Amino acid sequence: MLRLENITWSTPDGMNVLRDLELDVPDGKLVVITGPNGGGKTSLAKIIAGIYKQDSGRIILNGTDITEMDITERAKLGISFAFQQPVRFKGITVRKLIELAAGEKLSLDKICSYMSKVGLCAEEYIDREVNSTLSGGEIKRIEIATVLARHSVLTVFDEPEAGIDLWSFANLIKTFEDIRNNLDGSMIIISHQERILRIADEIVIVADGTIKAHGKPDEMMKLLLENNSVTGKCFRQEEMF
Amino acid sequence: MNEITKDLLREISDWDGEFKGAYNIREDGQCVGRVSSKNIRIETKKDKPGLEIFIAPGTKDETVSIPACVTHGDVDDLVYNDFFVGDNADVIIVAGCGIHTETGEPARHNGIHRFFLGKGAKVKYLEKHIGKGHGTGLRYIDPVTEAELDEDSVLEMDTAQIGGVDRTTRVTKAELGARSKLLIRERILTEKDQTAKTEFKVEMNGKDSGVDLISRSVARDNSHQEYHSVIVGNAPCTGHSECDAIISENGKVDAAPELHARDNDAALIHEAAIGKIAGEQILKLRTLGMTEEEAEATIIDGFLN
Repeated sequence: MLRLENITWSTPDGMNVLRDLELDVPDGKLVVITGPNGGGKTSLAKIIAGIYKQDSGRIILNGTDITEMDITERAKLGISFAFQQPVRFKGITVRKLIELAAGEKLSLDKICSYMSKVGLCAEEYIDREVNSTLSGGEIKRIEIATVLARHSVLTVFDEPEAGIDLWSFANLIKTFEDIRNNLDGSMIIISHQERILRIADEIVIVADGTIKAHGKPDEMMKLLLENNSVTGKCFRQEEMF
Repeated sequence: MNEITKDLLREISDWDGEFKGAYNIREDGQCVGRVSSKNIRIETKKDKPGLEIFIAPGTKDETVSIPACVTHGDVDDLVYNDFFVGDNADVIIVAGCGIHTETGEPARHNGIHRFFLGKGAKVKYLEKHIGKGHGTGLRYIDPVTEAELDEDSVLEMDTAQIGGVDRTTRVTKAELGARSKLLIRERILTEKDQTAKTEFKVEMNGKDSGVDLISRSVARDNSHQEYHSVIVGNAPCTGHSECDAIISENGKVDAAPELHARDNDAALIHEAAIGKIAGEQILKLRTLGMTEEEAEATIIDGFLN
């Protein structure tokens, strides 16, 4: 289980983004964090991964205090993070990147199993470099495949739907459902998408740097649909396509 | 050949105890092994130190290897190698160089290679350079490559300087006939106080000829690299050059690409990028469990691979 205690974080120029935020993410649960842009969702995700360091508060993962651990240490402990805007690498192939994520050499079949979950045919892509010849949607799907290749106890996806086409998005929902149904650890998805919110075990609404509401999907969806004044216009009721 | 040569051969030409096909091994300026094949004849040059390599027209799927090794300091090796590639031949040429010194004396290898590709010939040219040993003497490798491509021929050059070479000046010149193609992929790593200067001049004289020149370099520590390319389109042709460099610590890179269109249907493009490793790349690899140092090494290794 992940426990966040009194997390506070400000930008380097002093803007207060997260304020005394407290959250528990139980094992075996898919928790979707939603809320208006600028409310602190991505900052929170990056603090969990160790990319940002909180100003105060504690982070506990499965009973271990990871507050002072850096990105590498947290990754080795089993925290995975899928970037909203994936990075490109000249010279590193898709195969190499997925093998780096898995921490071992992989067979074509194994790579194919990760790639097909994000709607890509491995044979067409494994020898291509993760560079600007790949479209935004392709590189986003490869980013998600790298996270799937890791053996994580906590997986954080930051807006996985961004840049994904409709067909792949439908597959992605199935992939997230599969992961949720076979979770060893826990999963957090930052999202504005109704279809992702609907597969959550719990929904957390973050706005103005704090948790405005936290509960089961039916209850939270009702709140989101009926009371946008509480949450801000954060939620796309139907798909954005 | 001595054990140092064997070690260098493994590095520069993937030698595993024998070569496939024709070969000539040069050790400290002397020939220590040569084999010709039915279709590839290697002869000693008569007027200068070096070789003349004759590849028969129509030769397919054969390899010729001509590695050169310098195994101690106080060697200044100059060699002229000419390759005559017959019409419609399709071969691989492996020509690497390794320098090993354990003393304070400098060592140098200067290989001047000329290629004459017949009509429809295809050559894949592999060249790997490395410096090794604990000696403080400077290791110099100064290759010169000159190529004349006849109609419909293709020369694919894959060259790499993978470390340990203190000084290098690399010069490549080519003249392209009609529908001929020149593909160059160069990778250079410099560290410490090393310097590398690389110069390309490609003249596209034949209609529908083309060149694709990709240079990737990494300059670390206090090393300095200079890149200068000149692509001249004298006919309807396509030219592309791309110079990408990563700099770290106090590494310096100067890039000066030139394009000269001398025909209305010459289409020439240049791309260049110099910068340090992007912080986001390091972050991504750290989220996969790497340390910052491991991430940087992985990025550089991939970039130069």
